[in-house]
Amino acid sequence: MTEKELQVKAKAEAPAKGERVRPGRVFLPAVDIFETPEALVLVADMPGVPADKVTVDLRDNQLIISGEVGPPLSQGETMVGQEYYTGDYIREFHLGSLIDQGKIEALMKDGVLRLVLAKVERAKPRKIKVKTA
Amino acid sequence: MPIIFREPGLTQGPLRELEQLQRRMDRFFQGTFSPEGSPWQVGVYPLVNLSEDRDHIYVRAELPGVRAEDLEITIQDLSLILRGERKIASEEKQVNYQRRERESGFFRRVLALPSRVHPDKVEATFKDGVLTIKLAKPEEVKPRKIKVKVA
Repeated sequence: MTEKELQVKAKAEAPAKGERVRPGRVFLPAVDIFETPEALVLVADMPGVPADKVTVDLRDNQLIISGEVGPPLSQGETMVGQEYYTGDYIREFHLGSLIDQGKIEALMKDGVLRLVLAKVERAKPRKIKVKTA
Repeated sequence: MPIIFREPGLTQGPLRELEQLQRRMDRFFQGTFSPEGSPWQVGVYPLVNLSEDRDHIYVRAELPGVRAEDLEITIQDLSLILRGERKIASEEKQVNYQRRERESGFFRRVLALPSRVHPDKVEATFKDGVLTIKLAKPEEVKPRKIKVKVA
């Protein structure tokens, strides 16, 4: 167990790309990415995003994860002191290894998205016999 | 997620001074909070947003990946103490990390509440990684309409 005290990390805002239709800020989620022999695993912190508001988009080797948050305050509330901003999340990745599009698992729990992207089985090395005419 | 109420001044041990210092710092920074402008970076995890409506005070904090059972909320006098640990399960086998931005560790934050709250009317919910603590305002601080009598 780590006996480390957590430090405050300001949320990084995502660079503007195109015109956004939804108002509000957009942040880059903090991620862990690691590779196992079978899969590439991506874990992203997206607090405030419910499971049905997560989008995972994989095209070729480009992966885009995004999540939408609800309003920060409920009806009738006014902000008295604000230390952090809330907003949607988006982050784009270029994947090095080939991913099996049909084998992607996504799990959202307590504001953390866990994506398991199974790798494509590599073409097995084959010997090619040369026929003699 | 236990909610503990303590009588004022019962904190013991070496953390007491630290707590008092943090409380004083929180009070000092309270005046610097701005509702609209850029958020003031207090530098103590977790960052909180404070809001209110007519009957309640709301304290919110983003704690992604923290389990509810690893959170402890204590109300003591005019302080709200948030304590907990963020655990990141170590992955099985030898894995090759390409990126590691998420951090684990413990946290403790003491907040000065703007007014006394009803100790038995505190609700804490943890949803999608966001903690919301709803505190009922006591009757005497609620806005009240005063009728002007005609003499």
